[in-house]
Amino acid sequence: MPSPAAAVLRTESRLFAREPGSLFWILVFPSVLLLIIGLVPSFRVVSDELGGRRVVDLYVPVAVLLGLIMAGLQAMPPVLTGYRERGVLRRMATTPVRPAALLTAQLVLHGAAALVSALLAVAVGRIAYGVELPEQPAGYLLALLLTTAAALALGATVCAVSRTQKIATAIGSAVFFPAMFTAGVWVPVQAMPEALRRIVELTPFGAASEALDRAAAGGWPGWAAVGVTALWTALLTAAAVRWFRWE
Amino acid sequence: MAIVEVDGLRKSYGGRPAVDGLTFRVEEGEIFGILGPNGAGKTTAVECVEGLRTPDEGTVRVAGLDPVADHDGVTRILGAQLQESELQAKLTVREALELYAAFYPRPADWRPLAERLGLTGKLGTRFAGLSGGQKQRLFIALALVGNPRVVVLDELTTGLDPRARRDTWSLIEDVRARGVTVLLVTHFMEEAQRLCDRIAVVDKGRIAALDTPSGLIRRAGGATVITFTPSQPLAEGELAGLPGAVLAEDRDGRVVIHGTDDTVNAVITLLARHRITAHQLRVTEATLDDAFLDLTEEQV
Repeated sequence: MPSPAAAVLRTESRLFAREPGSLFWILVFPSVLLLIIGLVPSFRVVSDELGGRRVVDLYVPVAVLLGLIMAGLQAMPPVLTGYRERGVLRRMATTPVRPAALLTAQLVLHGAAALVSALLAVAVGRIAYGVELPEQPAGYLLALLLTTAAALALGATVCAVSRTQKIATAIGSAVFFPAMFTAGVWVPVQAMPEALRRIVELTPFGAASEALDRAAAGGWPGWAAVGVTALWTALLTAAAVRWFRWE
Repeated sequence: MAIVEVDGLRKSYGGRPAVDGLTFRVEEGEIFGILGPNGAGKTTAVECVEGLRTPDEGTVRVAGLDPVADHDGVTRILGAQLQESELQAKLTVREALELYAAFYPRPADWRPLAERLGLTGKLGTRFAGLSGGQKQRLFIALALVGNPRVVVLDELTTGLDPRARRDTWSLIEDVRARGVTVLLVTHFMEEAQRLCDRIAVVDKGRIAALDTPSGLIRRAGGATVITFTPSQPLAEGELAGLPGAVLAEDRDGRVVIHGTDDTVNAVITLLARHRITAHQLRVTEATLDDAFLDLTEEQV
């Protein structure tokens, strides 16, 4: 007999595997985008303006962050608000298992999918375009885990402030585009003008981009970048806990 | 022995009382009905029993346990079917049964349960693909899979067709036959009359009456209802003077009298004396419907 929490996690994993849309956008899309960027010949040319790097090098952290954003902001909020709206959480509250087990399982699954997506993007960059693997793997992993936490906390906050699934999807999309911009999807953060870059690095994904870039180059992520991401994670988690309603 | 005890329960939402001083006891092994019009506070009352809501005042005990303070203890012995609650859309019937069985320390084997509820052919079907009746049967199965001592069923047959409703009723009788206490919330008179050992009629958050179905019918107005359309109007006052008549009125030319067998004879004598013909004369037994309308104030 599996423990209740394990049974919930197993069931939610099966359900997660039945969402081809979420799986595509989280796991496949970021790496496919990286592959397409790398197909442009000029993006594979070393540029002095980018500090001796290629555009495709800069798009590896972008693809990594994109997977986290897809998981935390696009995929997770509709699931959680749907569970609340349709009484799935209430139904579970009448059993010996608390509905928090369901939320935890969803956070774990979306976090895990985001990390797999990140590994995939790093591997695709390495295999297809010879992008160097992170030279400081521990620092890279630290930045990655912290940013995953930030993305999930942001998604949870969207759930907390949205009364319905429709509102959650709308707010999620509204936050989604700024998040993609600050992660450098249109212009990589490292290629942004100095003034813009300073502002973007105060956002969770902008700071994460900086942290990942530093770790990829062989250093430990800077205190400023780690601190900004950690602060956002703490604030968003507090907001989600404060405002989340079970029904 | 009382397995559910509700004493002086009060619960308000935004200053408006939903439940306003409710007291009742459900004996072990009975089917206890909570009957009332929409918005009477029925659901709020059972949500307090299920531990989903914290009472403002009063006490609730399930097998001696407080549903809020001892949530784990109560949820282990109480199975619930909620109004307007769904499952994950892509969860199959088998997965739902396995999942909920894993929640309880001593679950029932879900296979015979699914068999009895006619779900065996639907085990691989996802929740979203089930019909209304199949969903309700699955909810009954989930309420029973933990081997509870009490099940709370809230508006179980709402939205079911008459055939599915009757099937569900015999199912509930089976459940009780196994010694499980049933707390049934409904606004269907027929359902309450058929199933319940005792019924609490709730109106505006209070108990208007608590009795057996036949006791409620006896208590509220006459047990015999006489209706007819007279060939010419009857003089006012003549009806009121009939022996045993507790209610007599002229509704747009159709006379309705609640009374006893004596009243029936008196009406026939009265009509004969005035040489009035009674068209569509009907003498029927009062139902819970009549009792309910008498007991609850008219909703405008």
